[in-house]
Order: sequence, then structure tokens, then C-alpha cells
Amino acid sequence: MANYTENELAKDLENQEYKFGFVTDIETDTVPIGLNEDIIRLISSKKNEPEWLLEHRLKAFAIWKTMTEPEWAQVHYKKPDFQAIAYYSAPKQTKKYESWDDVDPEMKATMAKLGISMEEQKRLTGVAVDFVMDSVSVATSFKEKLGELGIIFCSFSDAVHEHPELVKKYMGTVVPTTDNYYAALNSAVFTDGSFCYIPKGIRCPMELSTYFRINAGGTGQFERTLVVADEGAYVSYLEGCTAPQRDENQLHAAVVELIALENAEIKYSTVQNWYPGDKNGLGGIFNFVTKRGICERNAKISWTQVETGSAVTWKYPSCILKGDNSIGEFYSVAVTNNYQQADTGTKMIHLGKNTKSTIISKGISAGKSQNSYRGLVQISKNAQNARNFSQCDSLLMTDECGAHTFPYIECKNPSAIIEHEATTSKIGEDQLFYCKQRGISEEKAISLIVNGYCKEVLNQLPMEFAVEAQKLLAISLEGSVG
Amino acid sequence: MIKIKNLHANIEGKEILKGLNLEVNAGEIHAIMGPNGAGKSTLASILAGREEYEVTEGSVEFDRKDLLELSTEDRAREGLFLAFQYPVEIPGVSNVNFLRTALNEIRAYKGEEPISAKDFMAKVREKSAIVELDSKLASRSVNEGFSGGEKKRNEIFQMAMLEPKLAILDETDSGLDIDALRIVASGVNKLKSPENATIVITHYQRLLDYIVPDFVHVLYDGRIVKTGTKELALELEEKGYDWIKNEVDAN
Ligand SMILES: Nc1ncnc2c1ncn2[C@@H]1O[C@H](COP(=O)(O)OP(=O)(O)O)[C@@H](O)[C@H]1O
Ligand SMILES: [Mg+2]
Repeated sequence: MANYTENELAKDLENQEYKFGFVTDIETDTVPIGLNEDIIRLISSKKNEPEWLLEHRLKAFAIWKTMTEPEWAQVHYKKPDFQAIAYYSAPKQTKKYESWDDVDPEMKATMAKLGISMEEQKRLTGVAVDFVMDSVSVATSFKEKLGELGIIFCSFSDAVHEHPELVKKYMGTVVPTTDNYYAALNSAVFTDGSFCYIPKGIRCPMELSTYFRINAGGTGQFERTLVVADEGAYVSYLEGCTAPQRDENQLHAAVVELIALENAEIKYSTVQNWYPGDKNGLGGIFNFVTKRGICERNAKISWTQVETGSAVTWKYPSCILKGDNSIGEFYSVAVTNNYQQADTGTKMIHLGKNTKSTIISKGISAGKSQNSYRGLVQISKNAQNARNFSQCDSLLMTDECGAHTFPYIECKNPSAIIEHEATTSKIGEDQLFYCKQRGISEEKAISLIVNGYCKEVLNQLPMEFAVEAQKLLAISLEGSVG
Repeated sequence: MIKIKNLHANIEGKEILKGLNLEVNAGEIHAIMGPNGAGKSTLASILAGREEYEVTEGSVEFDRKDLLELSTEDRAREGLFLAFQYPVEIPGVSNVNFLRTALNEIRAYKGEEPISAKDFMAKVREKSAIVELDSKLASRSVNEGFSGGEKKRNEIFQMAMLEPKLAILDETDSGLDIDALRIVASGVNKLKSPENATIVITHYQRLLDYIVPDFVHVLYDGRIVKTGTKELALELEEKGYDWIKNEVDAN
């Protein structure tokens, strides 16, 4: 039956406009715009944070001030004015919901529009959803059930208060504050995000899912996510996001850290659908994300991402294969349309012996967009018998768009085997004609062909996420052949 | 069923069809033969609605509608089917998904409900048997990695699934060994009914031993230059296309 999803999705694709471009009318509590030490102190005190975290923020801020914005990516945009952003916004009601019934009806309506009503999630999928409206978690479910297994799945702020020893131990160990400009900024001003810890030997029985959403106008969003799978643990983590339609650019600079201890496995899936700007390239989200995971011995980290949104994307989910026999995987579909720009890819850093990595990247460019794959495969001196396989395909929908591939290989161990394949193709007139001759409309034909092209990646996603991803692909590419 | 009158068509400024006339009625099988480059595939492509070709003169009436006014997909939904000379591969899209999408689009056009998964699968089973298509091929990606013969059989399978009023088979026999040829031909024969019609485009007489046409036309230099019955095909086989060429060029 899985085959039919790509078909059924096409029904609700009549609306060409950005589907989730609505604004929820909830009072928010926002700090003044601008960035300085006082603002950081204000954020920290609003969140009632311990002293060590404030110090961490201030140190990061000091480092950030010495850094300059990177310019090596194949993207062009007007640099954000960091003094014109409000760095914190929380929904006004501070009360935490005891049960689903207590949740603000307007918030429920928003979730319903997003197609993630809690009832349905609970009933159909067994997914525990930690819904982030702007920067504060407002609803958490399944907490008890997970609690029985010792699994911690909560907002980052809660983790700071309830599990400070874990946060202190792991935060910043994979993405240090000094890592890059946006990571430093995030470390200084991050407001909330998710924290997940799976204890030794526990297999998390359900997909853990967080929906992020930007909601207050002019508020930058700085998420912080930390996932730790202790020895022999397993977790599949889903992250998806949609944002309201805006005319001004909004900055999103998240940091995600994954830690897979010995024999652990983390599967991290993302469907990213930030507002991409309108047909003329006006507005849209800047998405500058640092995502990285570290694998200890025999551990495995698998990144799967479907990127359809954002005006500018800068994102390289990476794996540090530190332990012997560890495995890193990266499966990506990146769609750009109109004036979108994406510079995305991965880094596979092979440090341990017998480490293996797989990279499958599918870029789809439409309109006048620019889509770049940038990947680094690094084999260190001690990484005996390392293996990498990379496949980077580009599909062009028009003659005006661009696809670029920048594969970097640094190999310091001669026993390594590195394979790289790359293709670029234009969506086939012949394929479209063939579909139409069978009675299939152009829109559905494109959806079929594109979903077929991305199948290897979509197959990596959990079922219900795959359906959503296919819908997004189809919506993002409507009317795009030329 | 279909009435083609004085059809002229260009591609890239070059005139390929130069006043073609053809009429096919329900219940009939017509064969169109002719040398390479005569314009047989061009005719099929134009009827199916390929946009690269420019129709400069003439008309085509299909089931009392102006065919040339319809989009490619609406022609298909009205019941026109083209079995491609070179079937196209669509990686990652299963044959069954492709066909279910097509079938439901056609049903929606007619105001019918989508077919249920159960009925659909039953239909797949029934129709794949007609062309002895391995059921595994039905769930593989459309034409991807199919042998030449499998691709052609898949075209007839699709035809069986979509149940068109008019099917145009463009060189469906080329590249088939004798067993595959027999299977394809018997498939076409089984699908024949008083309500539908078939145009068989072929280069060789061989196929017509299995699919017996009511009429045989010779297409040469963008026109139908000769029409007859099955015997004409045999005569062509014997005398070769030069016979036609000489005859036409003499006039
Ligand atoms: N896309 C095209 N561009 C230019 N010429 C074409 C194109 N397609 C067909 N032709 C020309 O049209 C003529 C008829 O071709 P075709 O219809 O394929 O012949 P047949 O199927 O009878 O062998 C040939 O001379 C061929 O070269
Ligand atoms: Mg031909």
C-alpha cells in the first residue's frame, strides 16, 4: 500500500500558495529587539536559568562578537541585521498544560491546520509530539509512558532544570561554541528546543517528534536540540517545521547535537518547510543550521532530510565516526523553486577503523533557484579500512535554475575506499508526455516522477512522515516545469 | 471512431505529413505500413498530442470531438491510447502506482469514483495474465530495467488496464522474438471488441499473421498512398517498399 501514498497526496494540491502561511493570534511575551549582554541576561532570567548556563551564553556571545559571517557558501542574500531581531518570544500564558483538554483552542486549531492534531497523532501513530510554538514547548505527550522506560523527552529548558547533569555533560561536546558564526550565536541566545535521552540498552518504542514553528513576527528562532542515545540504545527522532507567511526575512539558526554511545543508533529525520519567500523572491526564512552527531564504537547515526522551504538554506548534517566500526548515513532531498537558494550536504569524518558512510543526495531545482550540494568525506590517518559511498543526483525542472556539486575528499589513509557518483538530468519531456498520454495531468506527472526520483531517500522516512514529505515535494514543485 | 482529413504537419519547419486521410470505424483493425521515415510515428505522436509537431492544415475528428482541440491528457481520457515505439522509463515509480494514477484520472474525468485497492489489484491480476506479464513486473518501476520484449508487453498490459476506444500500436512488434510476438498479438486480439478499434503500425508483414487487419494502408512520404486488405501486406512483403516508391514517384 505504501506505493499509493504518492498518488493520494495529489488530491489536496489545488492550492498553489504556501499552504501553512497563516499566523496564529496568540499574545506573546517578547524581549526588546537588539543583541547585547543585557538582552542575554534578560533571556536567561526569564527562563529562570542557573548561573552556569548564563555564563555559557555570555562566553558564547563574546566569541561570536569576534567572528565574521561566513561567505563561502553558494548563496547570496542581504545579511540579517542582528540588532533588529527580538531574541526571545514565548506565548503569554505561562501555565503548562496538564492534559490535552487544557490546551488553548487556538493552538489546537493551528495544530489541526498543520495536520498534526494530537488526538490523531495519539490514535493513529503513537508519536509523542513536543510541539514548539515559537520558542517554548506548550504541549508534551506520552511523557509518562516514556518515563517508565527511563526515556527523557522534554523541552531543552525543562532539561536544564530537571537534568542539569546530562545537559552539562553533553551540551556543546559535538558542536562547540567556537564551531562557527551561527553556532556561536545560537549558544548565546538559544531560547528552547528539545532534549532527549535514551538510557542504556533501551529501544525507544515510538518515533519521537517535534514540530517547530515560527509564529511571532520579527522573532528570530534559535533552537537547541540535544539527543543522547546511551550504550546500546535506539531512537528514531522526527523534526518537522512549517512557518507563517512573512514579508521580512526571518533568521533561523538552530544547533542540533546527536550523541550515539557504544552500540547505539540514532535515526534523525527532518521535513523542513520554512516559508520560502514568494514567487518574486520576497521574504522567506534564512535557515542557517548546524547539525552534527558523534558515533562511538559500533554506533550508527542516520540523517534523513527533506528540504523544501526557506529562502536561503545553509545546512550540513554531519557525522563524526569516532568509534571503530561506526556508521554514518546521510539521505537528503533538497528542493528549490522560484528564487530559493540552498547550499546543503554533509560531512563524514572517519576517525575510527572500519568506519562506513553513505551519502545519498537528491537535489531538485526549479524556477530561477540555485541548489548546491557540498559534501566532505574525510578519512583520518588511523581510519583503517574506511568506506564511503556517495551518490549526488541533480534534477533540473527549468533552463533557468542551477545545480552545483562540490564534493571534497580528504584521505589520509590509503586503505580507504571512496566512491562518488554524480548525475544531472533535466526532467524528461518524454516522461511527461508518456504520463499525459496515459491520462495523467502534468501536475500529477511531476509529482510521480519527482517522488520516484527521491524514492531512495523517502524510503528512509517513517511512513507518516514520508506521506507528508511527498505532499511537500508536490506542493513545492507545482507549475514548475519549463 | 476517428476521421483524419487532409492532415498536414511540420516539425522544425520540415513538412512530414502532407495531406493524410484515414477513417477508422469501431470494431475495425487497421494496419499502417511504410518504409522508415515515412511519417508513421509522426502520425501517432500527432494524434496523441505531442506538442513539438505543428499541424498546419486538416482536421481530426475522434468520437465526434475535435481531437486537435484536446490536451494530450484529455485525448487519453477520451479513450485514445498509444503503445509507444520506445516506451519510457520512470525510475522509482511502480507500474501499479502509475496505472492506478492513470486509471483514477480517467475515471475522475468521466465523473466516476476512484477504483478501490481491491478491485484494482483484481484487475491487475486479470489483465497481466492476458499478456503473460510476470506479476513481479507490475510492482517494478515503470519500464526500468525491462527487456525490450517486456517493455512492449507492458504497453499492451497498460492498454488492457485502461480499456481505450482507440489504440494505436507503434511498431509494437519490433524487437520481439516469435514467442513474445505471439503473446502480444493474442493480447491485442483478446482485447478486440465491436466498440473499440486498433491501428497497428508496423514495418513488417509478420505481425499481421497474428493480428489480422480489416484494412492495410501504405504510408509513404507523408500520405496514405495505397489501401487494401491483408493481401496488400503480403504483396508489399514480396515486392518491397521500392515497388511503392517507384509507383508513387512515377505519378
Ligand atoms: N523530432 C524530430 N525532429 C526533426 N525531424 C524529425 C523528428 N521526428 C521525426 N522527424 C523526421 O520525420 C520523418 C518521419 O519520421 P517518423 O515519423 O519517425 O517515421 P517512421 O515512424 O515512419 O519511421 C523522418 O524524416 C524523421 O527524420
Ligand atoms: Mg516509427
